[in-house]
Amino acid sequence: MTRSRLLLAAMVLAAVSGCEKKSTAIAIGSAAPLTGGIAHLGKDNENGARLAIEEANAAKIKIDGREVQFDLISFDDQADPKVGTTVAQKLVDAKVAGVVGHLNSGVTIPASAVYNGASPPIPMITGSATNPKLTEQGFKNVFRVVGRDDQQGPAIANYLASTAKPKLVAVIDDATAYGEGLANEVEKTLTAAAVKVLPRERGTDKTTDWKAVLTKVKGSSPDAVFYGGMDATGGPLLRQGRELGIKAVFSFGDGACTDNMKQLAGEAADGLLCSQAGIPPQAASKKFLDSYKKRFKVDPILYAPFTYDAANLLIEAMKRANSVDPAKYLPELQKIDFAGATGRIAFDAKGDRADAEMTIFTMRAGRLEPIAIIKSGKTVKYEDFIAQTGDAAKK
Amino acid sequence: MDIFIQQLINGVTLGAIYAVVALGYTMVYGIIQLINFAHGEVVMIGAMVAYSVISALAPTGLPPLAIVLVATGCAIPACMLIGYTMERVAYRPLRGAPRLAPLITAIGISIILQHVAMMIWSRNPLAFPLIIKVQSYHIGGATITSVQIAIIAISVLMMGGLAVLVYRTKLGTAMRATAHNPQVAGLVGIDANRIVALTFVIGAALAAVAGVMVAGYYGIAHYTMGSQLGLKAFCAAVLGGIGNVPGAMLGGVLLGVVEALGAGYIGDLTGNVFGSNYQDVFAFIVLIAVLVLRPSGLLGERVGDRA
Repeated sequence: MTRSRLLLAAMVLAAVSGCEKKSTAIAIGSAAPLTGGIAHLGKDNENGARLAIEEANAAKIKIDGREVQFDLISFDDQADPKVGTTVAQKLVDAKVAGVVGHLNSGVTIPASAVYNGASPPIPMITGSATNPKLTEQGFKNVFRVVGRDDQQGPAIANYLASTAKPKLVAVIDDATAYGEGLANEVEKTLTAAAVKVLPRERGTDKTTDWKAVLTKVKGSSPDAVFYGGMDATGGPLLRQGRELGIKAVFSFGDGACTDNMKQLAGEAADGLLCSQAGIPPQAASKKFLDSYKKRFKVDPILYAPFTYDAANLLIEAMKRANSVDPAKYLPELQKIDFAGATGRIAFDAKGDRADAEMTIFTMRAGRLEPIAIIKSGKTVKYEDFIAQTGDAAKK
Repeated sequence: MDIFIQQLINGVTLGAIYAVVALGYTMVYGIIQLINFAHGEVVMIGAMVAYSVISALAPTGLPPLAIVLVATGCAIPACMLIGYTMERVAYRPLRGAPRLAPLITAIGISIILQHVAMMIWSRNPLAFPLIIKVQSYHIGGATITSVQIAIIAISVLMMGGLAVLVYRTKLGTAMRATAHNPQVAGLVGIDANRIVALTFVIGAALAAVAGVMVAGYYGIAHYTMGSQLGLKAFCAAVLGGIGNVPGAMLGGVLLGVVEALGAGYIGDLTGNVFGSNYQDVFAFIVLIAVLVLRPSGLLGERVGDRA
């Protein structure tokens, strides 16, 4: 009796495990805000990952001798750190092999701890979170394919110093971790370039009345003004600066390098210099741009080329390791060297993208136009960069 | 020197807005000794309603000034309705209750209004459409814009109008009588409920105009914009002597000027130990200083002899 039961159990087990062996569906997670104020950016991120996965499925990739089919499991993290950790736990429970996400730094940092705590840790690649802290936590499973905020400060400061050639610069921040951090990097770089910097002026992330600060700044007549903060405070700052008759060049970081500036500052926005981490979507490979447009009937908005690359990196690492087991393909991801839609991708020891690009934009007639790409400390004109990548694609 | 004049201009503009908002606090306090903490939120609703109207009308090609007038014309009744509803639903039933109860409902109403606004107008900062071309005028080295002139002029007009209403009309006499002693006012035939409701409605109308001015001045509207502004205006009202109408006007302008000068000069005075981000602190430092030296506020004597 017992023996036959055991036998039955063994048979059932064998059958089940047999099924598992035949099953070839591999889950890959995507997490981004799909509702709320930046839902359009979240959808853009998800689309990038989805395109990569559909292409991989169409290519009928074989891993460990079997053809695999990838499934994208997409969750809405609402750009909220609390929801983000819940979503991360759901993805861990769904046994995803890797994660593309999240969008916001504030959400990605706590979520990364959840993926790191899974056993084995699940590799995650973000295509948009730029806060340095993310990769400073020492997690081996965390990667990013965009640049960091502390690469952005030097980039915009150097560009400002070399093009506008200011003698005296006023640096203002909004007293947040992001704004102050970025302003510090800018000040450091400017001082190193022998540009004089006025004592720091500060507002808060809710300041809309900058007149008192700007009047004081105007008294020292600087040639340029840098502000570390978001567009909601940067817009009024720029507008009030022009109203007070400040003629200096204004420059902002990526928090205020958005299309919103046109509405928030009106005509005063013209001539603004600002920086974004990474390259603008229209500078991604033509192959990617064409397939994206064909699949989703719209152009990518912001970070889709990066999440596309992130998903492809996961798949590529699995191919090279010949395994979908996170523990086995993670080492391959760490030493990967891959030609993606956003250029060559390799990771440094922290999981940051080596030689990440920064883009400098200017506002012309109400439109943000890319004017230069900065890579490994070298500044390339945007047109030349496009020409180069075009050539590379032809080769 | 031109910097000093510029800071004065900045301060007076800001102060004019504070003064108009402070009037709402002080009028309500003067009559029922209630601090209506939801008043800042009424300012925000005024700005939001005007935002919606201007956004809707901007593409029609109407003259910009007409659009702004229509928007203000929509914001005023909307805010009046909110002011009336607030009084009727949240404060009147608590008229006889201990003082703490209506204070708590006031805070509650303020949170509710904020979140309703968040649901209607989203949590994003809204760019207030800049339809009127801003003209700058130069006085010495200082600059004053047409918007600043308009804000100061409208505030002065409204404050003057209110002073006439309170001190020269029958309604104003009834208001002052109710403030003095509601029971005796009732005996001579004044309907206290009606007067209190009217006070809320007038305060809300002023708040609506203030909302349009703030949003137009800074070019931005946000569902949280009312709380800080409300708090500052409340300080201005206390500074001038709460319950006292001319006091609120004086307190508002004074506070605006102190803030602008403070933010402009604190760095130089303290060797950059304190920076301009302490701008918001000045309102409260001045408030504490005045309350220590003159507990009833600058023009507060008249509060003392009120019942």
